[in-house]
Amino acid sequence: MRDVIIIGSGPAGYTAAIYAARAQLNPLLIASSVEPGGELMKTTEVENYPGFPEGAMGPDLMANFQAQAERFGTEILFDDVVEVDLKGDVKIVKTGAGETFEAKTVIISTGAAYRELGLPKEKELSGHGVSWCATCDGFFFREKTIAVVGGGDSAMEEANFLTKFASKVYVIHRRDTLKASKIMQQRAFDNPKIEFIWNSGIAELKGEGKLEGVVLENTVTGEKSDLALDGLFIAIGNDPRVWLVENQVELTEERFIKVEGRSSRTTLPGVFAAGDVIDPTYRQAITAAGSGCVAALDAEHYLASH
Amino acid sequence: MKPVEATTESFKTDVLEADKPVIVDFWAEWCGPCRMVSPILDEIATEYSEKLKVVKVNVDDHPQLAMDYQVTGIPLLGIFQGGKMVKQLVGARPKAAIVSELTEFLG
Repeated sequence: MRDVIIIGSGPAGYTAAIYAARAQLNPLLIASSVEPGGELMKTTEVENYPGFPEGAMGPDLMANFQAQAERFGTEILFDDVVEVDLKGDVKIVKTGAGETFEAKTVIISTGAAYRELGLPKEKELSGHGVSWCATCDGFFFREKTIAVVGGGDSAMEEANFLTKFASKVYVIHRRDTLKASKIMQQRAFDNPKIEFIWNSGIAELKGEGKLEGVVLENTVTGEKSDLALDGLFIAIGNDPRVWLVENQVELTEERFIKVEGRSSRTTLPGVFAAGDVIDPTYRQAITAAGSGCVAALDAEHYLASH
Repeated sequence: MKPVEATTESFKTDVLEADKPVIVDFWAEWCGPCRMVSPILDEIATEYSEKLKVVKVNVDDHPQLAMDYQVTGIPLLGIFQGGKMVKQLVGARPKAAIVSELTEFLG
């Protein structure tokens, strides 16, 4: 039986692994088969991670996290956890490839998954004009007219990035102010290719086989209008990925994993949670990393007393 | 069988006229998620070689094919049968999830 299994490979998971490995707990980190590295793998330049005054590319940063975890003996498995049983003293974790692992403690750092608009045709048009990943799909929109929906840092980053390709980028936002950090806002305001459409939501996606436009709905007046578009990038936030554990640990009202105070302790002994899956507020790489550290220290403490 | 790299010229013979269902992987070098899916498709090509064929299309080298099928997001797995794209999966997903989407073509 293992001391610690860490589920997830974003900043929280890898930081937990670095701390657990240095505490000689020989952690196994299950990284996922197709999304190892988490959210930062989809970003380009990360400018606010301390210690990198010139900034770092998201994927490079995550490769460093992984190398640091491996340096101290973390075992990494590129597979998906499909089932867990966390109730007993022996925690059971099963993977997509059919392996079963046992551990005394489990750290859940499964992050958050992008949110959909929830409109008809959204699925059918995804890959044909509707996208969630600017760095993956921006290339297809050279000299096209596109829009980003959302008002946070990711929406601003995507909009700025997409102006490298597109001739015009609209930012569609439900309110008349942005949640994004001031520096990201200013960059978007200063970009001549970006135009803001305030107080507006998307009521309908139009197009057969390929996105041709959207119907906007003004959130103040209710008035509807058409906007012709070749592409729409959705950046309206994320939902915590809790399906693995939702029937075993207690969740908050907003469906994040509930932890005790500033600790990472969930409602089950020996089960800890860290990163975006517990955080409705900050959701930064550095806060996730800090939270992963907390989880490893809490797991170490638990193991010492059990 | 290893996946076949199709070109704009060979697409007709490689895909449209194939005698079994074909999974076409639209991908590019710069696409991180594509690199995660690629080895999964190599495995599928080998394990299910009797039932289906796997073909890769590099959208940088063959933009016309991406345009013909209105592909604006990758990785996109298009499943072709009888010369038509009958199903599509957008975005990287685990092997088990891809295989379960292929059940109807595995007879």
